Amino acid sequence: MAFREEIAVRSENRFDLESIRADFPILDRMVRGNPLVYLDNGASSQKPLQVIEAITEYYLGTHANVHRGVHTLSQEATDAFERARRTSQSFLNAGSAEEVIFTSGTTEAINLVANSFGLRFLGEGDEVLISGMEHHANIVPWQMICARTGATLNIIPVEDDGTISLEKYASLLTERTRIVSVVHVSNTLGTINPVGQMIRMAHERGIPVLLDGAQAVPHMKIDVRALDADFYVTSGHKMLGPTGTGLLYGKMEWLHKMEPYQGGGEMIERVTFEKTTYAPPPFKFEAGTPNIAGFIGLEAAMQYIQRIGYDAMRMQEEKILQYATERLSGIKGVRLIGTAPEKVSVISFIVDGAHPFDVGTILDQQGIAVRTGHHCTQPLMDRYCIPGTVRASFAFYNTIEEAEKLATSLERAISMLVA
Amino acid sequence: MTINEIQDTIIGEFSLFGDWMEKYEYIIELGKSLPLIDPAYKDEAHLIHGCQSQVWLHGEEEDGRIQFTADSDAVITKGIIALLIRVLNAQPATEIAHADLYFIDRIGLKEHLSPTRANGLASMVKQMKYDAIALNGKTKAS
Repeated sequence: MAFREEIAVRSENRFDLESIRADFPILDRMVRGNPLVYLDNGASSQKPLQVIEAITEYYLGTHANVHRGVHTLSQEATDAFERARRTSQSFLNAGSAEEVIFTSGTTEAINLVANSFGLRFLGEGDEVLISGMEHHANIVPWQMICARTGATLNIIPVEDDGTISLEKYASLLTERTRIVSVVHVSNTLGTINPVGQMIRMAHERGIPVLLDGAQAVPHMKIDVRALDADFYVTSGHKMLGPTGTGLLYGKMEWLHKMEPYQGGGEMIERVTFEKTTYAPPPFKFEAGTPNIAGFIGLEAAMQYIQRIGYDAMRMQEEKILQYATERLSGIKGVRLIGTAPEKVSVISFIVDGAHPFDVGTILDQQGIAVRTGHHCTQPLMDRYCIPGTVRASFAFYNTIEEAEKLATSLERAISMLVA
Repeated sequence: MTINEIQDTIIGEFSLFGDWMEKYEYIIELGKSLPLIDPAYKDEAHLIHGCQSQVWLHGEEEDGRIQFTADSDAVITKGIIALLIRVLNAQPATEIAHADLYFIDRIGLKEHLSPTRANGLASMVKQMKYDAIALNGKTKAS
């Protein structure tokens, strides 16, 4: 038996859906008289008790500010906080803990790189390359920095099935391209981009690459060194952790060259009114008191994922994705948006003759939480000439029964909305 | 009928429904039967900002009373507009401007709307009141 299969079988044996669901008390609640069917994991995942308890215990017994006091609590808090950084390091397989910067989320992480990298390395006539399926968080910061530096923002087009053509990508890598910043997994389409290859192609030309992994980390093991990513950014709250937590991995060689983007406490080595010298990475990028409790919660989230195992999670998600894809595409009037062969468990769709908001509203009445709208990817919606989609995003704690409930509730919504 | 009499009628109608799925069915029917707006008014100038779905609203004054027509690309939104038009249409401009639209809370609509939709609803009401004031001012000035 192949090694991968062997792991998969072992994982399956360990995967006990019932006990996993028991770790997420919110899944038991009722919504508008119906049991909640939570299919908006792409927007934010729910939190297991282990994460909630880690935060509570921290506040009950350990809290103090970090990196400051000589007193016991401050040391314990600092130890816990820095342990979370080392856990993040091994979670992403970063080379060192100093390459992991704690941010408030993916958005802040991209803004940090756009500013710190952009102000150092972008100038008139230089180019930044992003794709047509980026979240606004990976568009607007670059637009802002391009406006300040005179650089140009170039876009890799999206194919009809929601994929990127590597040929077109190659043609957009020019001698003026200073950075490529692309989404690892599309939040709207679920597409898994061929980022390993994209990074290799960029590196052949000496161009660094940032990957937006907000939608990847909840579904797959990330190895930033195997990918050879220069920057990898993600959010804690989509991977079972608390809101207000994010990770920015950056290769040390870049972090050394970049100036901080915010100033304040914690990030300095020495301050006088004439001049300030900065602390080494990661601290020079972490001005102000961090979200200490948040990262302690995030550590618990990463440990939870490691305990369940990505293989087992992925298998459950694949099962649901396959079921839901078949079931929904069989419903008259439903059109799937994003049919890439490599996808995570996200299904975006539109219904002929019904607005996505109306569909979402009627699904909500039946207890089903989905996301409706443009998903912060307006240029992508323009590309498909649609106002938005309905998006069901499944987590490993979802069930086939829930996918079926989505389908029957959608059938009811269509019968009400479409004359 | 006065604005409040119509509101009370709507509250009575909604109290007959068993659950919110039935209420939505009714709102959707209202949306589907909303009279069409003159396509000339489906432009940027008539678009209400603050709605996630697109909503166009046009008001016309006739003998101090305001006639509204509207459209939206979302049928539930259209149904909600249909309710607002039913309450405010052909009412004196000053009464529209001062109307307290308590029926929205009383039928439970607000709590059944997402925050973005609730904001959109507030924008619609505001625009109808602005139109009434503006159109009334225009008549008085002429």
